Amino acid sequence: MKEIQSSMAGTVFQLLVGEGDSVTAGQTVIVLESMKMEIPVEAQMDGTVGEIKVAEGDFVNEGDVLVVLA
Amino acid sequence: MERGMGMKKLLIANRGEIALRIIRTCKKMKIQTVVVYSEADAELPYIKEADKAYLIGPPQVSQSYLKMNEILEIAKKEKADAIHPGYGLLSENAQFARMVEEAGIIFIGPSPAIIESMGDKIKARKTMIEAGVPVVPGQENESADLEAAKLFASEAGYPVMLKASNGGGGVGMVRCDNEQALTQHFESTKKRSQAYFGSGSLFIEKYIANARHIEVQIFGDTNGNVFHLFERNCSMQRRNQKIIEEAPSPNLSQSARENILEIAVLAAESVGYKNAGTIEMIVDEEENAYFLEMNTRLQVEHPVTEMITGIDLVEWQINTAQGLPLPIQDQHEITEQGHAIEYRVYAEDPFTFIPSPGLLSEMEVSAGEGIRVDYGYQKGNKVTPFYDPMIAKIIIHAQSREECLEKSKKVMKDSKIEGLKSNIPLFTALMDAEEFKRGNYHTQTLQNILKGEKK
Repeated sequence: MKEIQSSMAGTVFQLLVGEGDSVTAGQTVIVLESMKMEIPVEAQMDGTVGEIKVAEGDFVNEGDVLVVLA
Repeated sequence: MERGMGMKKLLIANRGEIALRIIRTCKKMKIQTVVVYSEADAELPYIKEADKAYLIGPPQVSQSYLKMNEILEIAKKEKADAIHPGYGLLSENAQFARMVEEAGIIFIGPSPAIIESMGDKIKARKTMIEAGVPVVPGQENESADLEAAKLFASEAGYPVMLKASNGGGGVGMVRCDNEQALTQHFESTKKRSQAYFGSGSLFIEKYIANARHIEVQIFGDTNGNVFHLFERNCSMQRRNQKIIEEAPSPNLSQSARENILEIAVLAAESVGYKNAGTIEMIVDEEENAYFLEMNTRLQVEHPVTEMITGIDLVEWQINTAQGLPLPIQDQHEITEQGHAIEYRVYAEDPFTFIPSPGLLSEMEVSAGEGIRVDYGYQKGNKVTPFYDPMIAKIIIHAQSREECLEKSKKVMKDSKIEGLKSNIPLFTALMDAEEFKRGNYHTQTLQNILKGEKK
């Protein structure tokens, strides 16, 4: 399973991809907000977005799965 | 508002270091304090220092520190005479100030009308132009129209700054070097403006190269006088946010300094300002000063001014808010002594600025003469991702700038902050940077130093 995890605790500020979108390694898929700073979360590998586990405004912890790539 | 000297109880609608700092003055003035806190802040020192504390909600500020009705209800229940908003959060919220006043409680700050007019950057700018205060060439873009922004930028020349009309603290602000960048950043800036400040209205202005950010602490008394308490240089910034502030400003000619102080007083007088406020200015390479914005509240970096003037700004705020005169009647009675530098200690990577929430397993900053530490957290506290990463401010005062730097160096070396990353190593590195040593720096200097550029 290819998962994109949260790099740190924070709130999901922007979802930049939708289910079914194809992404490439290094592409920013989600922007988190932590300590009033925007933190981009990038895909580590190429793939297609299978499932998005979070919604904008959700609070996530470090290591939480944000997106599952198919 | 005819309460005379009767202030007995004050509610602080804030958290962390500023709440603790306000409590300190209240204790000196024999005023009882009531604080509010979120679930994430239950262990913080300010709660223990207050006479009474109320849990108001979950960590997110929208569900805790920004809940105006709840905070007001607590103030009423506690029969608080006044509410001090600190900085950030509700401090520049005119609606809140109005609600507080309507409840018969003193809001410590200027009138809601002034908060409103200065909070709207477009209105503030217009007011300043009318008063004869110089401003940076810029244009309002209320409907967030990209074509109008492009037109302005091509006429004024790139680079331009794009920002939220209602913004502040560097949030929602982006530099665009060309039309492509402007187009690219437009939508996200609009969205950010909407998300953080409740309005998609944007402002675009000419970017001034190698600009210094110099601001003036002003104070309006109950008799309609406006005084200045000198300037602060806040040009050492990361992500458009200040990390070091100092007073007096190094490398500023006496005539430019006088001009800046004069402009600030004129700006504050033109709106009939009362209580503590700050006029932020941009100073270009030729030492021309332009009005940037007015902050209608106590500033994070106010201790720098307190250190050189010996004035307790919170005490002045409280007294003025309850209609009492200042201890001075004339500008010449406000004097400055020596040099002060403030370092904002952030829980973040010192060089990438990525936030570093976590458990503060050790926090020790050496005490001593001319060393002031305004802290929000202490050893054993958890620094959570819900708020600004600032954990403390270290303010150093000495007779000269050179001495101040020497002392700073030692304090940074002896400071122990463990369990999370802090930006102390950045300060240590800056002590050896020529630009900082010589006091010859502008708002891009830090970035240039980090890039290893010699500029």
